Amino acid sequence: MRKERIQLHINGQAREAEVEPNKLLLDVLRQDFGLTGSKRGCDDSSCGACTVLIDGEPQMSCLMLAVSYQDCQITTIEGVADGSDLDPIQRGFCVEGGAQCGYCTPGMILTAQHLLARNPEPTDQEIREALSGNLCRCTGYMQILSSVRKAIELLRERQPVEVQQR
Amino acid sequence: MSQPLSFPAAGASPIGARIPMVDSVDKVTGAGKYADDMTLPGTLAGKILHSPHAHARLRSIDTSAAERLPGVYAVLTGQQTPVKYGILPIGHDETIFAVDKALYIGDNVAGVAAESEAVAEAALRLIRVDYEILPAHFDPEKSMLAEQNLIHEDRLHNIEKEYHHHFGDVEAGFAAADYIREDRFECAEVTHAALEPNSTLAKFDPDGTLTVWSSTQVPYYLMKALAATLQMPEEKVRVVKPLVGGGFGGKSEVIPLELAAAALARKAGRPVKITYTREEVFLAHRGRPRQIVELKTGVTREGKLTAVEARIIQDGGAYCGYGVVTILYSGQLLNAMYDIPNVKFDGYRVLTNKPACGAMRGHGTVNTRFAFELQLNRMAAVLGIDPVEIRRRNLLKPPCMTVNGLRVLSYGYPECLQKVAEKSGWKDKHGKLPYGKGVGMAGSHYVSGAANPIIRSQMPHTTVKLSIDGTGTVTIFSGASEIGQGSDTMQVQIVAAELGIPVERVHIVAADTALTPVDLGSYSSRVTFMAGNAALEAAREARRKILDAAAEKIGTSPEQLILENGRIFCINDARLALTFDEAVRLALGSGEKLMATGTYAPPEDAQGGKFKGAGVGPSPAYSYSAQVAEVTVDTETGEVRVDRITAAHDCGKAINPINVEGQVIGSVWMGLGQAVQEEMLWENGRLMNAGLLEYRSASTLESPPIDPIIVESNDPEGPFGAKEAGEGSLAATIPAVAHAIFDAVGVWINSLPITPEKILKALEEKKKSEVRSYESELRRK
Repeated sequence: MRKERIQLHINGQAREAEVEPNKLLLDVLRQDFGLTGSKRGCDDSSCGACTVLIDGEPQMSCLMLAVSYQDCQITTIEGVADGSDLDPIQRGFCVEGGAQCGYCTPGMILTAQHLLARNPEPTDQEIREALSGNLCRCTGYMQILSSVRKAIELLRERQPVEVQQR
Repeated sequence: MSQPLSFPAAGASPIGARIPMVDSVDKVTGAGKYADDMTLPGTLAGKILHSPHAHARLRSIDTSAAERLPGVYAVLTGQQTPVKYGILPIGHDETIFAVDKALYIGDNVAGVAAESEAVAEAALRLIRVDYEILPAHFDPEKSMLAEQNLIHEDRLHNIEKEYHHHFGDVEAGFAAADYIREDRFECAEVTHAALEPNSTLAKFDPDGTLTVWSSTQVPYYLMKALAATLQMPEEKVRVVKPLVGGGFGGKSEVIPLELAAAALARKAGRPVKITYTREEVFLAHRGRPRQIVELKTGVTREGKLTAVEARIIQDGGAYCGYGVVTILYSGQLLNAMYDIPNVKFDGYRVLTNKPACGAMRGHGTVNTRFAFELQLNRMAAVLGIDPVEIRRRNLLKPPCMTVNGLRVLSYGYPECLQKVAEKSGWKDKHGKLPYGKGVGMAGSHYVSGAANPIIRSQMPHTTVKLSIDGTGTVTIFSGASEIGQGSDTMQVQIVAAELGIPVERVHIVAADTALTPVDLGSYSSRVTFMAGNAALEAAREARRKILDAAAEKIGTSPEQLILENGRIFCINDARLALTFDEAVRLALGSGEKLMATGTYAPPEDAQGGKFKGAGVGPSPAYSYSAQVAEVTVDTETGEVRVDRITAAHDCGKAINPINVEGQVIGSVWMGLGQAVQEEMLWENGRLMNAGLLEYRSASTLESPPIDPIIVESNDPEGPFGAKEAGEGSLAATIPAVAHAIFDAVGVWINSLPITPEKILKALEEKKKSEVRSYESELRRK
């Protein structure tokens, strides 16, 4: 198939690639840009591991043709931390055990980010509803819920968090 | 990346600290690499051709058109890869690609490596296979009677293995019983469905060295299988385990793609990566087999168990896999959490033309435990004894040996029962909730590592090495496989605690067969106990060397020194004597790195009895769980809503309570899936629900609150007293839910999963029998 030159806006940067017009956004992110934080867990939009934010809205990148999203702002998990500063949601997942194997984690965090941007004080039921399209096989979701609650607390306090490299 | 987050306060021990996993930052930022995230220059896409028939002889395979397709670099069939393998030495019945026959829908027939997935898929479509379709076997109870068209010619009646154990005297036991029950239980087949699909990247160096990055729980066994099937020396094979996106046992044996990727890479002369589709993951399977349990238990009026007898049939699928171990676990742990003097077990592992089953969380014990615990509750109900109380009347009295030779030292089960009853409000709820609501309880247990290795050898089960440099930075070299359960973090905490230094000074290099010592793998919940003990032993050796050097410098004896939080003091002297890194430099002298080694092998008295099959079941220690489930049953629709599970788990000692709680909750949740909704649905050998939605993996909306309680029995041989936490809680959830359904609406469901249809049918039958007894009462009047 003939490749096309496309330009995508990913994590605040314009990126270009030559891709087949039928190539999925997930594959372009992973294969052409090395953004492997977005995961493939299924082939039929049932798991949510490939979730990215398209203009702030969570969508499954395994269902989307990359060529169709050239006018959108795309956020992947790699764009969530501010340099070495973890986002409060990422920090919540670390300290509350929200990431066991970590495979669903990027999708969970991006979905939670969208929820908290719209609704900074969600109820437990609202958190459950928001995350219901993201499957996890490790945690039974309890520690994911407490991770989001921790993030809400941290966002309220707005404490900057230092990440040391080692 | 680092561990930047909240660590224990200075001076606090890392043991029992709720610290984040050492790889958590990699996971929340997307920086961590799983097998499918990796690529090498020139990597080809590998794809596998699967059989569309459940049982078929391969008359011929024509790959010439596929080989001619531009962009195709290698095509392989079974003729070129005929070496048999299997995870168990007694079960070498698989080949990378089928040689004579395909044995299930999805069996591997050929493999292709091509420049892209699209080309590889096109090449698969060009392979012509001439199949002679054979009669297939799907029902294990029929398959085990088969005389013809056997799945493996050397397995008569399609029975992979059968065991017949008898301990004590069950006839005498039943004669002493006041009440005997016999029930048949059926448990549907379930699978791990780890979120990460299996993936393997393989490359050959010009000198013939093979390196494989794979989603595996068992890098060491994979290395051996690669060497055997590719007929290479083991020292030329390196297996690296990157991050693994969940295993639950599904990656604890060698999965065909791991060998196929390497074989194709060799033929193509280029790196090859194969990543399964979700459907292929379902067909690779190795999950929990469908199991039929015919269970007979005797009990006295006072509730003392006198005998138990089980006939167990497992529908193992087309290959042995771990099957011999699975059927043995189902018998060997039947009695082992209670004091039961007389035990009989007849177990049959049966072959059918379906994907091979294998090890899944709670390996072999789960369905037997469901049957036993539910039947025990039913007997307690008849005898009018509280279900918690009947368990108390049958406790082991450790230290002890069970009748089948399992050594039990620590036993937190009584405390689990007490705490779960208290926290769940058992007394106020059991038998007292309005119709439609109910509570149920059950127990379970699991091994903290198999006391006997899969491949018999005198080698330690695990070896851990430490390297400490002159800055006082510690690096752990461990073969143990982190799969999300926290094994890297556990070892870091143990080493930091023993060396009296903060955890951020300890790094870990793990699960790379070229760099790290041998560890047998992440299976049978062995890592905390075994790798933890080896890490502790290595840290003790390093500590001794460091304190010896410090004592010599200070002019005292090592016993007079205290090492904590990176500082060394003399007893009764608050002044700092030396820092940790100063002492390390003294110990190093002119050397560059201070090295220490620890190993672990289970003690002889924990290795089990001398009978056939005695090798499976023995463990240096067992975890215990007691749980209470609360449910609401809609009698109109038959729908069960699980409202809450309270789960007490004896993990010996919680090295990291947040991870222990995560493991307990995750186990309970997975048990819940098996209890009420998960099931592999088969039609003539075809899997009808090979997708995560169709398989009905629960989302946040169907997942109830799960309340974990940690019980610490401090095992005398566990590292800091620790035992397993990752599997033992799964089994109790299922009978607890089934029992709660009885408490809610008065029906016992012996078949898993407990679907609305089964509940409605049972309620209907109950109504009919009540009408019948009312009518006969009227007639009597």
